[in-house]
Amino acid sequence: MARTVTAPGSAPARAPGRPSPRRPRLAKALPYLLLAPALVAELAVHIIPMLVGAWMSLLHLTQFFIRNWTQAPYGGLTNYRVAVNAHGPVGEDLLHSFLVTVAITAVVVGCSWLFGMTAAVLLERPFPGRAALRTLFLVPYALPVFTAVITWRFMFQRDTGMVNALLSDQLRLAHGHPFWLLGDRSFAAVTAIAIWRMWPFAFLTITAGLQSIPSDLYEAAALDGAGSLRLLGRVTLPLLRPVNRVLLLVLFLWTFNDFNVAYILFDQPPAAADMISIHIYNASFITWNFGLGAAMSVLLLAFLMVVTLGYLGIGRLRSRHA
Amino acid sequence: MRESRTLRWARPVVLGLLALFTVLPLYVMAVSSIKPLKDVQGRFAWLPTHVTFRPFVDMWRTVPLGRYFVNSLVVSLAATVCSVAIAILAGYAVSRYRFAGRGTFMTAVLSTQMFPGILFLLPLFLIFVNVEKYTGLRLYGSRTGLTVTYLTFALPFSIWLIAGYFDTIPRELDEAARVDGAGPLRTLFRVVLPVAAPGVVAVAIYAFMTAWGEVLFASVLTDDATRTLAVGLRGYATQANVYWNQVMAASLVISLPVVVGFLALQRFLVHGLTAGAVKS
Amino acid sequence: MKARRITALVTGVVLVMTGAGCGGGGDKASPKTLTYWASNQGRSIQQDQQVLGPELKKFEQRTGIKVKLEVIGWPDLLNRILAATSSGKGPDVLNIGNTWSASLQATGAFQSFDDATIAKVGGRGRFIPSTLTSTGAAGKPPGFVPIYGLAYGLFYNKKLFADAGIKQPPRTWQELVADAKRLTDPAKKRYGVGVLGASYTEGAHFAFMFGAQQGARLFQGNQPGFDSPQMVAGVKQYLDLLGTDKVIDPADAEYVNDDQILKDFAAGKFGMMMIQSYATAGVRENGMKDDEYGVTQIPLPDPLPAGGRKVASHVAGINIGVFKNSGNKDGALKLVEFLTGPEEQKILNAAWGSLPVVPQAYDDPRFQTPAIATFRKVLAEASETLPMIPQEAQFETLVGNTVKELIADAAAGRPVDDATIRSRLAAANKKMQAGG
Repeated sequence: MARTVTAPGSAPARAPGRPSPRRPRLAKALPYLLLAPALVAELAVHIIPMLVGAWMSLLHLTQFFIRNWTQAPYGGLTNYRVAVNAHGPVGEDLLHSFLVTVAITAVVVGCSWLFGMTAAVLLERPFPGRAALRTLFLVPYALPVFTAVITWRFMFQRDTGMVNALLSDQLRLAHGHPFWLLGDRSFAAVTAIAIWRMWPFAFLTITAGLQSIPSDLYEAAALDGAGSLRLLGRVTLPLLRPVNRVLLLVLFLWTFNDFNVAYILFDQPPAAADMISIHIYNASFITWNFGLGAAMSVLLLAFLMVVTLGYLGIGRLRSRHA
Repeated sequence: MRESRTLRWARPVVLGLLALFTVLPLYVMAVSSIKPLKDVQGRFAWLPTHVTFRPFVDMWRTVPLGRYFVNSLVVSLAATVCSVAIAILAGYAVSRYRFAGRGTFMTAVLSTQMFPGILFLLPLFLIFVNVEKYTGLRLYGSRTGLTVTYLTFALPFSIWLIAGYFDTIPRELDEAARVDGAGPLRTLFRVVLPVAAPGVVAVAIYAFMTAWGEVLFASVLTDDATRTLAVGLRGYATQANVYWNQVMAASLVISLPVVVGFLALQRFLVHGLTAGAVKS
Repeated sequence: MKARRITALVTGVVLVMTGAGCGGGGDKASPKTLTYWASNQGRSIQQDQQVLGPELKKFEQRTGIKVKLEVIGWPDLLNRILAATSSGKGPDVLNIGNTWSASLQATGAFQSFDDATIAKVGGRGRFIPSTLTSTGAAGKPPGFVPIYGLAYGLFYNKKLFADAGIKQPPRTWQELVADAKRLTDPAKKRYGVGVLGASYTEGAHFAFMFGAQQGARLFQGNQPGFDSPQMVAGVKQYLDLLGTDKVIDPADAEYVNDDQILKDFAAGKFGMMMIQSYATAGVRENGMKDDEYGVTQIPLPDPLPAGGRKVASHVAGINIGVFKNSGNKDGALKLVEFLTGPEEQKILNAAWGSLPVVPQAYDDPRFQTPAIATFRKVLAEASETLPMIPQEAQFETLVGNTVKELIADAAAGRPVDDATIRSRLAAANKKMQAGG
């Protein structure tokens, strides 16, 4: 992602499609023609609906108008005012959901990266069973999300689930059978599942990154007498920086925007696991206030854009100074 | 290269723990799929007391799993083929040409990755309905509509990945082809694409997996006839009961082709990512 | 790029406006086919299809109209209806939970059953009067007509009662609590009462029912009053079973599917459950014979608190309606008439364990059991309609989820007192006011 977003100017100079003498105009139009299908698809499915959604956020689009929603009264920024008013019940819940999502995302991104990095580094050198482990680690990423989450839901059931059987009955780490799908522990449940699904991607990406580090760099550093940990700090991490930068951003966006895990796990998530996507979904579909839901989505999008651009901007500044 | 003692000791422990974390749900899925309903509804047991393969038979009747399977397969394959084709064209343009709006295009396309699905779900639905009203082209409740939707989901990442891959292919190849009199498209398909096969496979895996697992849009944009597996699986849980053993059996069967395919092709994904990501 | 974006915006808006603006074009469907969305009444979607399939064939033979059936599970039904409403593209005929009647009626997407229309499906007089009370807002022609009737009852295990020396089912709420305590023995994993703690609809129904017994009104006009002292007392009456009296297994807080408690009930893990009439079918399927359990009215506090009303159930059930955009309204009404006719009422209600909505159907011996007699009596003498106002669906989700969370708290051993209940209900109340 960073390759063009961060440094569009520094992209390697390209040999422009040399205009063929016969059809110069066509040659000039060629890149646009090549892009056209992608552009049309993105416009049709992403951009236009997004703009329509933004427009909906200005309407009082409740159950009385969903049938004929262009007749919904124009409400200006009322929906936004309701959504950001942290003293009102709607804004208060939205803020809470936002903070919960920030917390979940922080833990998930952190752990996923750490697990992925650790596994990738530990699996760098050949040993018996390495290929099998590498394959195993990738399975959660390949598993369709609904099958993965529904299995976890089964495991987290209080009296018939595997988690309590293991933690309370067999390992005796917990007393009694706690609820995982209700109350405060639902935070842990949703986080664990998200990490389980996400870290293999970190592992895959970092493995790919490690493979592209020339081994002579290690050898040179090792000749200088650097130990494993110092090698990691002096060679591996700096060289992985571009990979990590993209990886962290992708993990952040995927986790923050994730709808599936909380939706499949809870139907109606408890307060401690009220991820923002599903919160907005509920705000629109369950209270039938689609205008308000759209306003919340626009705010979410704005937040993600600011974070992403800020993140990439800082990255660019740093690489310029480096 | 010497390896510290800590590392030698830590490796099996850390990797063992990660393997355990990874494998537990997979084990639960597998073992629960061969238990009778009564057993999965009772206390969890690590080993089945009665082994039964009934769930694998019953699951086809409890919900029309076969139909869902076909729907998922058709939609995912179609979306994959289309998005790979579109990504190849766009990726080639981005990699080989400099043109006005190039940066904007990439930024715009990639920023769609940030869109919360909730934001454009309802509008997309309304647009689909209206397209049908005016053109007769059935999008809502059809596989076509879902295919169109999914192909764009994978597109941003695919374009980025494939453009990155093309960048690693020496431009001299293009030049040589051009000297031989090949046009740009011919160059792309005859010269660049064969070399870029791993990148293309990587993109195809990604696109297929995205489509195969999507839940939110499928739940709104399909009806009974076009429902995909991701949504159809909910049919095992009715107000009355949850057929956990059949859910697990169906999950296993649904996951198997994707997981096997992914694992068989994952080296391409690693390769594709290496090429794409490291160039960044 | 800027210009392009503006063009895109304009195109998109025009496309959608022109489309949605003229609304209600409707399908030019062939008059010989109908699409029917049925709700999931049976034990599985497959069972619904098996039961309805032959009946719809019968309809086809009689009228020549082919019915395309889609059975939609409860988690999806409301969303599908909303999608159909907003797009104008939906079925011809559909089932809804009857408590949604006024909410869905307010969308204007459904054919109202004014005198001329209802005459086409057999007239008002065809239906048992109480079932017509939950078909739409007061003072308006019904938006829907009833198809299946349901009511709450107290199911009790005769053997457990006899073992504990309890001679007869409880007649007052106080007796129920006392009996439940006698039945409860946590050491033997046996409890007095079982509930579907994680079901928000059950939570909403009980909040309404017990609130009414304490004298609460959910709405004054359109203004919600979820946090009135009477509502707090009503919710507390319910939660105390778990929190104070400890006669409910805390595990029930996670229960959401009927079979989770039906299985426990059939296995004798608890003595009583408050559930709707359809449960008779499920109890049987879980291996309990009809004479091993009894059904009685959910008992009321004695004496009733000041202003308290005799409400042991809401007028529960399923309604059927016709989509305004249907290309074949006459055919659609014919299907409604067919399904609400005495003959089909017998067959279908017997299959689901629900109550016929037309009096003639009760001639059938299958509806002359003591349990059915109890449910009919509850509906006739001790039931009240949930408020038929457009905000009803929001009440169910907001208050229902609040009750669900409170149950989770009580199950986790946290004290749930008046103040806690009041503050949670007040939050739901505020959201209701802000959301509308």
